[in-house]
Amino acid sequence: MNPFTSHTGLAVMIDSANVDTDQIIPKQFLSKVTRDGFGVHLFHDWRYLDEAGDQPNPEFSLNFPRYKGASVLLTKENFGCGSSREHAPWALADFGLRAIIAPSFADIFYGNSINNGLLPVRLTDVEVQQLMDEVEAQEGAEISVDLEALTVTSPSGATFSFEIETSARHNLLNGLDAIGLTLGYVDQIAAYEAKLPSWKL
Amino acid sequence: MAKTLYEKVWDAHIVIENEGEAPLIYVDRHLVHEVTSPQAFSGLRAAGRKMRAPEKTFATMDHNTSTKSASLDALSPMARIQVETLQDNCKEFGVRLYDIHHKNQGIVHVMGPELGITIPGSVIVCGDSHTATHGAFGALAFGIGTSEVEHVMATQTLRQLKAKTMKIVVRGHAAAGITAKDIVLAIIGKIGMDGGTGYVVEFCGEAIESLTMEGRMTVCNMAIEMGAKAGMIAPDATTVEYMQGREFSPKGEAWDQAVADWAELTTDEDAVFDATVVLEAGDIAPQLTWGTNPGQVVAIDGVVPNPADEQNATVRHSIEKALKYVDLSAGTRMTDVSINKAFIGSCTNSRIEDLRAAAAQAKGRKVAAGVIAIVVPGSGLVKEQAEAEGLDKIFIDAGFEWRLPGCSMCLAMNDDRLEAGDRCASTSNRNFEGRQGRGSRTHLVSPAMAAAAAIAGHFVDIRKPY
Repeated sequence: MNPFTSHTGLAVMIDSANVDTDQIIPKQFLSKVTRDGFGVHLFHDWRYLDEAGDQPNPEFSLNFPRYKGASVLLTKENFGCGSSREHAPWALADFGLRAIIAPSFADIFYGNSINNGLLPVRLTDVEVQQLMDEVEAQEGAEISVDLEALTVTSPSGATFSFEIETSARHNLLNGLDAIGLTLGYVDQIAAYEAKLPSWKL
Repeated sequence: MAKTLYEKVWDAHIVIENEGEAPLIYVDRHLVHEVTSPQAFSGLRAAGRKMRAPEKTFATMDHNTSTKSASLDALSPMARIQVETLQDNCKEFGVRLYDIHHKNQGIVHVMGPELGITIPGSVIVCGDSHTATHGAFGALAFGIGTSEVEHVMATQTLRQLKAKTMKIVVRGHAAAGITAKDIVLAIIGKIGMDGGTGYVVEFCGEAIESLTMEGRMTVCNMAIEMGAKAGMIAPDATTVEYMQGREFSPKGEAWDQAVADWAELTTDEDAVFDATVVLEAGDIAPQLTWGTNPGQVVAIDGVVPNPADEQNATVRHSIEKALKYVDLSAGTRMTDVSINKAFIGSCTNSRIEDLRAAAAQAKGRKVAAGVIAIVVPGSGLVKEQAEAEGLDKIFIDAGFEWRLPGCSMCLAMNDDRLEAGDRCASTSNRNFEGRQGRGSRTHLVSPAMAAAAAIAGHFVDIRKPY
């Protein structure tokens, strides 16, 4: 996994609640057998006017010239709901996003993002709205996310704290391989298996 | 200390719980399909790792298979590669696979329970959010991402945080014709599509206890549509009866021990839940969604809501956005909404009882002019049973198409999909924008409601003659 310590970048916003993973990466792009190359299809049905993806939708925020090169996404509650497809964080990361800031995330998406070094940050409704207002007001506005300090800094310099589970933070900061870590407990797993009831074997 | 059902299953699966670390829990059964597994197998291969317990993993192909032909030639080139990749991976890593030529092939969440792979009190995962289905057996079952699929393959465990607990009680008995689908849609309508986020939900109350195992699967299947980590229903005599004699059910002494252990899988009387929600079953009418998320639900005798009535700005904006997408105006009676497609199938509603309920509406009637309606059994075994009962003939005589098992139009990764502007009565689980095809509109309903809408050409209240 790619480590995440801190990141400062241009912010883009999708001012909608309940953005589901079918929107983030529609099903027609799930037939690949590799993890790469999903960024071009990110938000396909919102981002392009045509099925082929040749005509960008000028009304969709990711296509606004002022947000070109954005690496921090601001959005509303319950981001990433629906399907468990990890193609969603793969697409977001491949597009160039490093952090997503929202009042809440769907559970599976939240975990999938962490497993891909894409940092989901929960702030309050009021804080997210302030960030959106500041980004809206100033072209080129950047947001900083610091995983060591557990803070988000707004374009005007306001600082907000966030929380993340301790071991997820540790793995992200160090870019650790979760499987490799668990394989260090192979004896404990074997001991657990030795005690399984016969009907579970 | 008194425990909930979830806490009992959770505690029984902790392998390691270290200070400052998410607990490591054991996975008893792992289900695999073609779409979310190839990158996990590749990851194992790249790291030179083996699967820890391939005998606890069961694979099938369902998402992008064709429901018109059991030939690989019917698939798009990319879908074909994905299906063939699963075949190769299962062979290399020693995983049991029910491919498109096998009689047990089917939707992963239909196949698992009917073969007895789904076991009460176990932890079951799959790279698919509707893994929640298996909670109907008192299992802790949830969807995972592909990185976690790889983690389970390599270690047979997962790092997980303990969820909060929610009890959803459906009191009393539902009226005739009200199905598990109506009950779960009513629940989601009440608590919203993120009302269960961060929780494992236990469904209980007379209306839940009186459901068959298939009805319970429909309810738990949609736990994810309220954002819950998992949904669970305590095993009882109905569960034990269902489990008896299935291919992978415990046998002999192991069966006796299992039945004794499963009897303990109930929430203790004085256990405390973090949240409780109560519904009266008698208040539930046939339900359908009007919008673009499963929480945007209304009773069949209701109308499309008016965003002006909503105080919360974010919710109001969501309603406005949904109405624009589905092309409906506030105040429209749901029975006045016409459809041109109907889909009966998916891991929510493609089991034999679902097909019987739809066939009861279809019998001796005809699909309305201009409506295309398809029926997709959930598995090879469901299809075989339906044909033995003559349900296929009832559907075909009424003008429905009778298809091969698969996920079909629920997520439209295959060649079953809606066109822009289509409006579909669907027994699936998600009505998200574009879910069944770009620019298409989905209304989630029960199998009987979908069949009735196909016949009438618009939604109807199946409690009345139509």
